[in-house]
Amino acid sequence: MGCAKRIIPCLDVTDGRVVKGVNFLELRDAGDPVEIAQRYNDQGADELTFLDITASSDNRDLILHIIERVAEQIFIPLTVGGGVRKVEDVRRLLNAGADKVSINTTAVLNPQVVEDAASRFGSQCIVVAIDAKKVDNQPFEWEVFTHGGRQSTGLDAVKWAQKMVSLGAGELLVTSMDRDGTKIGFNNPLNKAISDAVDVPLIASGGVGNLQHLVDGVTLGGADAVLAASIFHYGEFTVKQAKEYMREHGLEVR
Amino acid sequence: MSRLQVAIVDYGMGNLRSVANAFKAVAPSISVAVTSDPEQIAQAERVVFPGQGAMPDCIRELDARDLRQAVIMATKQKPFLGICIGLQMLFEHSEEGNVPGLGVYPGQVKRFPSECMIDVNGAKLKVPHMGWSQVHQTQTHALWADIPDQARFYYVHSYYVAPDEVGLTAATTAYPFDFTGAIARDNVFAVQFHPEKSAAAGLQLLDNFVNWKP
Repeated sequence: MGCAKRIIPCLDVTDGRVVKGVNFLELRDAGDPVEIAQRYNDQGADELTFLDITASSDNRDLILHIIERVAEQIFIPLTVGGGVRKVEDVRRLLNAGADKVSINTTAVLNPQVVEDAASRFGSQCIVVAIDAKKVDNQPFEWEVFTHGGRQSTGLDAVKWAQKMVSLGAGELLVTSMDRDGTKIGFNNPLNKAISDAVDVPLIASGGVGNLQHLVDGVTLGGADAVLAASIFHYGEFTVKQAKEYMREHGLEVR
Repeated sequence: MSRLQVAIVDYGMGNLRSVANAFKAVAPSISVAVTSDPEQIAQAERVVFPGQGAMPDCIRELDARDLRQAVIMATKQKPFLGICIGLQMLFEHSEEGNVPGLGVYPGQVKRFPSECMIDVNGAKLKVPHMGWSQVHQTQTHALWADIPDQARFYYVHSYYVAPDEVGLTAATTAYPFDFTGAIARDNVFAVQFHPEKSAAAGLQLLDNFVNWKP
């Protein structure tokens, strides 16, 4: 009963290539997005997430062409994020073949975009991405950061998540900045606090280093889906192996 | 204008390219088009009625393009596949925005009731219901050919259809109670899940639809 817990390989894309960083920095090349998407699809990925981490807006349209090419060949849900500033950006990504659009920095700068996009295209296609970091100078535990993790906001990640859902976010992609690229596991207390506070699905992101981390993300962190990049990109594990491991540990998978 | 083999009804809501891409993948030789031309829909061999978004907007946009009659006529005449909101709109009334639907079948579109959304282990179930769930086939049907019972399909929705007539249901999914995942009647088949996003099982269903002779 219920849904299978989803495994979502994440492809960070810049200049038309998939790359992977550590703590949001030190990028290295991981390959062609369409080929990688095809490989994950063949391995049984439940969904794919593309994040456009292109710094310069000159290359922004590249991601549209990549999404078009992927959407012609791959018939599982595609989420695209990065650099979404206006409702019009959401429309362009959906028209290119994205099923969901992830909004991060813009949600903080201009929450109205989340509300307008959800009311126009439906909550089912609006994902709000939250980059959170543990802080000790605030009356709360986890603070929201923007601009690829460079800018603090003073916002409590749990309250922010609730606000985004009230504006129409249909799903939350929660990345622990402390964990991203570290391979020490998801920040399960953060994910659990947010998952318990909202009704919409939560995708856990940031820090996966082994398959037990995926299981923990669900059982300890309350995640409905687990997102990972480097363990899949560099061939340490296949999506199929991840699913077998999760199934052996009592989780429902496709 | 040549006669389309598959017309995908476009009423301006959401991305229909995925549906068209999936038909092109399973049947590269047939003519498939996304169209908002009532005449083209009236002439087509087969009609697909997809949808995403909120039902009140969908109904409004459908009427703004003068497509209501073309869709209703298609449900009476030719192989017809409804997807997601395209299933929900076939019913009389929706709780979403409290609007009437097209009324092809008696029944209601209801929201998942928050007080019931708990699984057998006491864990909270999220709304929207988003992800891959098992589909239990409650009727044998040409569109289920070569698809195992309990195959998983991709769902994303907060509302579900409750037909007045139990016999209309062609599949159920438990979330946490059994709701109608598909309906079938004569030349009409309609699904709550997204076959165009359901990998091999979904493509098989679309292939079955292209070859269906009701």
